[in-house]
Amino acid sequence: MPKLTVDGIEVEVPPGSSVLQACEAAGKEIPRFCYHERLSIAGNCRMCLVEVKPGPPKPQASCALPAGDNQEVFTDSEMVKKARHGVMEFLLINHPLDCPICDQGGECDLQDQALGYGHHSSRYVENKRAVDDKHMGPLIKTIMTRCIHCTRCVRFTTEVAGVTDMGMLGRGEDAEITTYLEKALDSELSGNVIDLCPVGALTSKPYAFVSRPWELKKTETIDVMDALGSNIRVDSRGSEVLRVLPRLHDDVNEEWISDKTRFACDGLKRQRLDRPYIRRDGKLTLASWPEALAAVAEKMKGLSGGEMAAVAGDLCDAESMFALKQLMGAFGSTNIDCRQDGAKLDPAVRSSYLFNSTIAGIEDADAILLIGTNPRTEAPVLNARIRKRWLEGGLSVGLVGTPADLTYKVETLGAGAQTLREIAAGTHAFAQTLKNAKRPMLILGMAALRRDDGAAVLALAKSIADGCGMLQPASEEAGAWNGFNVLHTAASRVAGLDMGFVPGAGGKDVAAIRAGAASGDIKLVYLLGADEMDLSGLGKAFVVYQGHHGDAGAHRADVILPGAAYTEKDGLYVNTEGRAQMALKASFPPGEAREDWKILRALSEAAGKTLGYDTLDALREALITAHPSFGAIDQVEAAEWGAFGTPGDTSDAPFGQAIENFYMTDPISRCSAVMAECTETFAARGERTGTEG
Amino acid sequence: MVPEILRRGPEWFAGLGRERNVGTKLFCISGHVNNPCNVEEEMGIPLRDLIEKHAGGVIGGWDNLLAVIPGGSSVRCIPKSICDDILMDFDSLMAVRSGLGTAAVIVMNKETDIIRAITRLSYFYRHESCGQCTPCREGTGWMWRVMERLCTGEAELSEIDALEQVTKQIEGHTICALGDAAAWPIQGLLAHFRGEVEDRIKKYKASHSTLQAAE
Repeated sequence: MPKLTVDGIEVEVPPGSSVLQACEAAGKEIPRFCYHERLSIAGNCRMCLVEVKPGPPKPQASCALPAGDNQEVFTDSEMVKKARHGVMEFLLINHPLDCPICDQGGECDLQDQALGYGHHSSRYVENKRAVDDKHMGPLIKTIMTRCIHCTRCVRFTTEVAGVTDMGMLGRGEDAEITTYLEKALDSELSGNVIDLCPVGALTSKPYAFVSRPWELKKTETIDVMDALGSNIRVDSRGSEVLRVLPRLHDDVNEEWISDKTRFACDGLKRQRLDRPYIRRDGKLTLASWPEALAAVAEKMKGLSGGEMAAVAGDLCDAESMFALKQLMGAFGSTNIDCRQDGAKLDPAVRSSYLFNSTIAGIEDADAILLIGTNPRTEAPVLNARIRKRWLEGGLSVGLVGTPADLTYKVETLGAGAQTLREIAAGTHAFAQTLKNAKRPMLILGMAALRRDDGAAVLALAKSIADGCGMLQPASEEAGAWNGFNVLHTAASRVAGLDMGFVPGAGGKDVAAIRAGAASGDIKLVYLLGADEMDLSGLGKAFVVYQGHHGDAGAHRADVILPGAAYTEKDGLYVNTEGRAQMALKASFPPGEAREDWKILRALSEAAGKTLGYDTLDALREALITAHPSFGAIDQVEAAEWGAFGTPGDTSDAPFGQAIENFYMTDPISRCSAVMAECTETFAARGERTGTEG
Repeated sequence: MVPEILRRGPEWFAGLGRERNVGTKLFCISGHVNNPCNVEEEMGIPLRDLIEKHAGGVIGGWDNLLAVIPGGSSVRCIPKSICDDILMDFDSLMAVRSGLGTAAVIVMNKETDIIRAITRLSYFYRHESCGQCTPCREGTGWMWRVMERLCTGEAELSEIDALEQVTKQIEGHTICALGDAAAWPIQGLLAHFRGEVEDRIKKYKASHSTLQAAE
């Protein structure tokens, strides 16, 4: 633990800390551009210069200098002041004076620090340098004349995102940051370079010239585009969500978010359901709330519990699912399911459907078996965590499923369940790798679980976990370890399983509901934001769709009840680790759309089965009373290991991919023009012939 | 030299040169001399001896000497008045705010436009800068552009001080020594030939006064 003084203040910092970190520990702010705590150290902006004794008689870059015992650091000496002013002057001589038209204005590091360390006027009378803007795809707008060559973007893309698309070309004054071949930045995490850029060189293309940061209402909430529950900040003006930014959460998303999380928010403005509709004579026609509720209530009253069913979609908050479950229960129906894709997950044993190692736990793993999953598309931020671990060395990753570029070295072991059987039997070489590992883990994806033999695959995965030492009790050296992990793709899934939004005794699951509707046994299907299931075979069943977008569910619906999207309601979500997180309302649902729990509460009253809560707090209280895990906000409790899965025959078919197109996975991203452009640029690239014109 | 040291012993080698500056040095003498050459000589040899003994003397004679860059293009130049009796070793050159550096001696006689010569060095360093760190990337280009104008005199007198400050802002603030190397030649020029720089600006102003009045 080096002990040193900063401006006379004595601090002790962990070994390996830099002088800059020591200065921060002493409460001294050090200006910086290139230094970023989650990236490697470049030391090239020279803004963080401090005076250090003992040392050479010149200022030192504090970010690149290790803190040592008995150092004396000065952050406000005459030498340091001169150095900072000098560097700031150099940064500004070729930086354009276009702050009034720059999107970074108001949240620009250069602007802020120029205020503190800049000269009042420029001594530079030569022509300023102009740099050609670069093409970086549909998400990132470049104004490269503003670039100060900090290389944060280059380091992020190569280190964290794992793509080598960006770099610096040329030398000296003519050095330019560029994507080498002027091609779109091909990464699901590319948007993070916008946050990293300390100036306005890389800005958000969809957000260009939209707003100034001080005009925005900032709401700290939770993302639902994947099952990670990334912590986000939603910036809105009036009822319009203008952009989404990441928040820090070291255990979930560090400070990154995927491009879908960041850029799909324009989908919140398109194709919204803002009025109730009733299908009359085969056509959906506008209706008032009382009419729509009455239509549904009348239908429900005339049916027995066994004749109605409910399916919860992928973006639902826990409260509305709980209210729907209780409403269906009040009618005596057990035909409820939250597994639209038919994943063979059972809520009986909680550890059977959680990411038990936790996301941060990936950093402890030394062998990972990926089963039917492509984390790069299913949870790009989690994939970056695996890559982070892989970069440290000593990690072997095996994949059973569709080979893909995951940005780290992956050994493809096989395509389907047969390989799993070999690993479980110990005859496959990778079984030994797992057994030799100190902290082995497996990540089981939806592609492996949503098949008919999903329960058997689940049992195989469990036997691999048991057989390869993935379950380790707490010992003196290390804590307990559970290396069995399920990577969900739906934000609502774990909450649904936690509250038992699955068929009760004698109840029907999604496949049986569809079959029942086709045969006429099921006469009413209630879709709570369920758009991903096959809705073609619902026969003559009366379909109620409650949701926020005019997507597949709404097209089939007989009554549409317009609900709220994730930015428009308070709600609880449980991420793939089992971490309950609270999302907050950033804006209001459009038109006559209402928050989902209120719709269900109103419907219950109209149907004569009034649910016992009038406020969201009361609903939450009921939910937490019934399922206490929802009350532990932002906590991950280790789940008990137990027996799960049904051993049985497996098909030889390959697992395939859970997500075909990363940019379009839910009603919001399907309505997003930006995501459509990304699909055009990235996802469809293999199918283009070059003659499209 | 190694066989020679083995034969004669380390004391002999340590006896060459002055205290703290012992041994021999490879000198590369170029520029306005009759016989440019590489030569190994004792440290601390007087510059004049070095040039006259090995390089055939300055073209046009010693009195035709203008300045010498004694340690490679990056160190500050020294004018003839210093060259007359300077010793070629580290401490004595440091004492006159120059340096022995690589001992690449660049000799310039009076036909040299010293401002143009230093500008050429600035151009070289601007071209060599890798662009990684800020002071060098931005500063080398700035200095070169100002130097280009000082060559013709198309500048303000106040810019001389500004240029000197810019060199100080680069010196010691960069990752590698290229920043220092780019700054020192200009510092040498302004230390010893400031009068010439000022004269050129004044001359330019005088010959362009009508134009300025018209503006």
